[in-house]
Amino acid sequence: MTFTPTDYLPYDFANRRHIGPSPAEMQDMLAVVGANDLDGLIDDTLPGNIRQKAPLDFGKPLTERALLHHMKTVAEKNKVLTSLIGQGYYGTVTPPAIQRNILENPAWYTAYTPYQPEISQGRLEALLNFQTMVSDLTGLNIANASLLDEATACAEAMTMAQRVSKSKAMKFFVDEHCHPQNIAVMKTRAAPLGIEVIVGSPDDLNAAEVFGAIFQFPGTTGHLRDFTDQIAALHDNKGIGIISADPLSLTLFKEPGAMGADIAVGSTQRFGVPVGYGGPHAAYMATHEKMARNMPGRIVGVSIDSHGNKAYRLSLQTREQHIRREKATSNVCTAQALLAVMAGFYAVFHGPEGLKAIAQRIHRKTVRLAKGLEDGGFTIDQADGFFDTITVNVGDQQDAIMRRAVENGVNLRAVGGDTIGISVDELTRRDTTEAVWRAFNVERTDTNFTHGYRLPDALARSTSYLTHPIFHLNRSETEMMRYMRRLADRDLALDRAMIPLGSCTMKLNSAAEMMPVTWDEFSLLHPYVPKDQAAGYHHMIDDLSQKLCDVTGYDAISMQPNSGAQGEYAGLLSIASYHRENGEDHRNVCLIPMNAHGTNPASAQMVGWKVVAVKCNDRGDIDLDDFRTKAAEYAEHLAACMITYPSTHGVFEETVIDVCKITHENGGQVYIDGANMNAMVGLSRPGDLGGDVSHLNLHKTFCIPHGGGGPGMGPIGVKAHLIKHLPGDPNTGTGAVSAAPFGSPSLLPISWAYCLMMGGEGLTQATRVAILNANYIAKRLEGAYDVLYKGPTGRVAHECIIDTRPFADSAHVTVDDIAKRLIDCGFHAPTMSWPVAGTLMIEPTESESKAELDRFCDAMLAIRAEIAQIEAGEIDAENNPLKNAPHTMEDLVRDWDRPYSRETGCFPPGAFRVDKYWPSVNRVDNVWGDRNLTCTCPPMDDYLEAAE
Amino acid sequence: MKFTEEHEWLRVEGDHVVVGITEHATTQLGDIVFVELPEVGDTVVKDDEICVIESVKAASDIMAPIDGEIVEVNSALEDNPALANEDAIGDGWFFKIKPSDASQMDGYMDEAAYNAMIA
Repeated sequence: MTFTPTDYLPYDFANRRHIGPSPAEMQDMLAVVGANDLDGLIDDTLPGNIRQKAPLDFGKPLTERALLHHMKTVAEKNKVLTSLIGQGYYGTVTPPAIQRNILENPAWYTAYTPYQPEISQGRLEALLNFQTMVSDLTGLNIANASLLDEATACAEAMTMAQRVSKSKAMKFFVDEHCHPQNIAVMKTRAAPLGIEVIVGSPDDLNAAEVFGAIFQFPGTTGHLRDFTDQIAALHDNKGIGIISADPLSLTLFKEPGAMGADIAVGSTQRFGVPVGYGGPHAAYMATHEKMARNMPGRIVGVSIDSHGNKAYRLSLQTREQHIRREKATSNVCTAQALLAVMAGFYAVFHGPEGLKAIAQRIHRKTVRLAKGLEDGGFTIDQADGFFDTITVNVGDQQDAIMRRAVENGVNLRAVGGDTIGISVDELTRRDTTEAVWRAFNVERTDTNFTHGYRLPDALARSTSYLTHPIFHLNRSETEMMRYMRRLADRDLALDRAMIPLGSCTMKLNSAAEMMPVTWDEFSLLHPYVPKDQAAGYHHMIDDLSQKLCDVTGYDAISMQPNSGAQGEYAGLLSIASYHRENGEDHRNVCLIPMNAHGTNPASAQMVGWKVVAVKCNDRGDIDLDDFRTKAAEYAEHLAACMITYPSTHGVFEETVIDVCKITHENGGQVYIDGANMNAMVGLSRPGDLGGDVSHLNLHKTFCIPHGGGGPGMGPIGVKAHLIKHLPGDPNTGTGAVSAAPFGSPSLLPISWAYCLMMGGEGLTQATRVAILNANYIAKRLEGAYDVLYKGPTGRVAHECIIDTRPFADSAHVTVDDIAKRLIDCGFHAPTMSWPVAGTLMIEPTESESKAELDRFCDAMLAIRAEIAQIEAGEIDAENNPLKNAPHTMEDLVRDWDRPYSRETGCFPPGAFRVDKYWPSVNRVDNVWGDRNLTCTCPPMDDYLEAAE
Repeated sequence: MKFTEEHEWLRVEGDHVVVGITEHATTQLGDIVFVELPEVGDTVVKDDEICVIESVKAASDIMAPIDGEIVEVNSALEDNPALANEDAIGDGWFFKIKPSDASQMDGYMDEAAYNAMIA
């Protein structure tokens, strides 16, 4: 037998797994775009003056197997003790059915934000369940679909209170029993807005001098109190009352709505989402209906489709930054969709009785623990009653007890100098309780015998919750599994088709990258454990930071921001702090080009700056003359400019270095938005172009999945002079922007694994292929559609914009019609009407193969042919496949009275015959939904009708 | 009737001035889904943003065209924002101002000038 060795490398992650087109396919594609080789295309596309000098080099890339082995050795450096620290983070049991079917299921984690409702009905229903749960538990009738973390939610509630309050006061009261990280983040947010934060005891609240107040329930050290009187006093003075509440406690205690609160916030982490050294978790916010339009974040609402059937959608979109810009209610655009979905399913899985049982069991364990300590001679602060948290008076024994606790495998919380806080949770077992007693030198056995309840009667909850049938139907795992599957099947995620959303970088989230996320060593660490217990995390964070510095040309990274928008905000805060240090506090003007992401002006507004818009020229580039004029005009007050590179129009502008230089010459700092970093990695570095700070969307360029609308991570890179102005530790420092020091660190194994398996060369190749794929699509669609904004050599960067505006006149076809028709072809639409109204922005990423790109181009060309038929008068301008899109199974079986065939309607080019994706609803009516706001689960009859 | 460059119309009714937005504006905005009106009794200053309207496409602010006091608001709009689309210069009015300086209206366009502006 002869044996011919092959040069095929089956474990080459970069070229065989992550990058879509094969080398042979790339040759064919290069021929189509008219380039000799990939180097030639890249040289054509990127101006020479922006290219990075040295190639990116991370050493030899790891195979998947080697990566997982390496990851395990690093993970094992983390010491997983039982943490009873509490302070907003609690042990919880993730039901295995939810872990396997949601958290580890690409149908859920690779989906995008549900902006296209027809292909998102599954997760919209799951998020509506979450909203209904929050609304019921808090007793406030409108909830949003989650916020980044509890501390951010508190800060958002504070600014919302200022918007809705009729009081002119500039002070805001913060209960001293709020979690320290909540207070820290609110202080950061308040300062640039001129809000004075008063921290004190609710007994000392002077309602006349504040526009609002926030209280914590239970208090951070376990105190329970009724805030009804304080909130009534606030209302008498036109103020707003906010309660930050542990949702599990609300199954037993009087809810915020019953105390008169206008806004409730909190974290749903303990609803089955592991602590993960700080995140990600879903925070919640709920309010009265009359304040709904001032609530930040996304809200899922109920509307109808074109047949009048119930359909879900995101409501009140016009409050968002891409429309309101600097007048937006907040810069928040990421939610924590995947985690909110998990928390919602936790409630569906357990139902109201189950949640109440969990809360009662936690309380009984706390009672036993407290009784043991009291019998041992200790006193606790919460003599009147508690839920899950107690504070023990230990005098001068604090250090000794804390140390003995760690020796017994338990982390407790040192509070002040002479007390220790203990929070019991769902994971607490008898041996945990006994270990705590041993730390206090109390020798006894936990008999499981409960010494009664110690819940104050006056605070008992008297209203029902989770009464909707959805929280009662799916109790068996069989039913639950099928329910999760049904919802997943309604959605179109990356596990079915390319999601060519411009500016969103929907690339592969590989299985090997995802696996470590659910390992105990990463998922069970409390964010405030002693640093020596998190050595694995710190090793990973340090190494990933170094790699991100190499990629960007910056000197340091802060992992704290939990989203791109929060990164922008943190970056601008560091610039503001730098100016302040230099005695230039008056610098408050931010130059932002017209084509910037809407979050840019919203973020500038949040740091108290004035936005000055800079024009773009016909090619879509920054108008350099206008930039120079404005920079000079505002030189004395220039704080910063915010630019995106390559531009939001998908072009590598040659003038970027001049823009940075002009800004610096006029005393400003340069913020380069990293949203388009997927076009730069390995080829060009924002730090070299002249940037002082940038954020990186790890959920775009570095493979963290979008989760159906979150989680995200937006760490920032800065030059050396800004390092000391980075966000401080939320628990001990100042300037924090998130609740946890490293944001959502349990996501970092994904980005780290990506870098380790790709290597520097692989990352660079990914960028090159991303540019090739975009240029291939632009070339194939040329002639049929106009491609807007090419570079001087006729190339686009990693995305391209096609113009659909001419069809409005020629065929009465809108960008919406094309987007919905793409659903019939089995695709998620590209980004619609951004950054230019009436256009589609297409970003294929490097992960899509030639076959999938061709399927997409074939679909787009077929749609263009349909438009041509309308233009020629061959088909009706109002009753045609575009206007009636998307087509559902229901259309197919109804009487067919259309001037085109069922085949044409339902199976256009691109659509799979056997594996056809059927949207579950027809086109959703946005107007109806915004005029008839419903943001909780509709009555059960509607579900039954849908099933019939 | 007078018209502003911000597409608001003003009509004098006795001591009061009725204010709304033009049909051209409502057509541009598309279906209006929400209107937040000022409060009766508010004292407003010219160019203050006193009112918010939302359509499915955009959210816009309406500015006080003149100084004065809000004497009446069209609460029917709150229940049925579509009125602004259906009858922009009639039932779709927004608020009535008691002007403190009626001469502020002199600078605004007449119908012919406004039609020329939007043409």
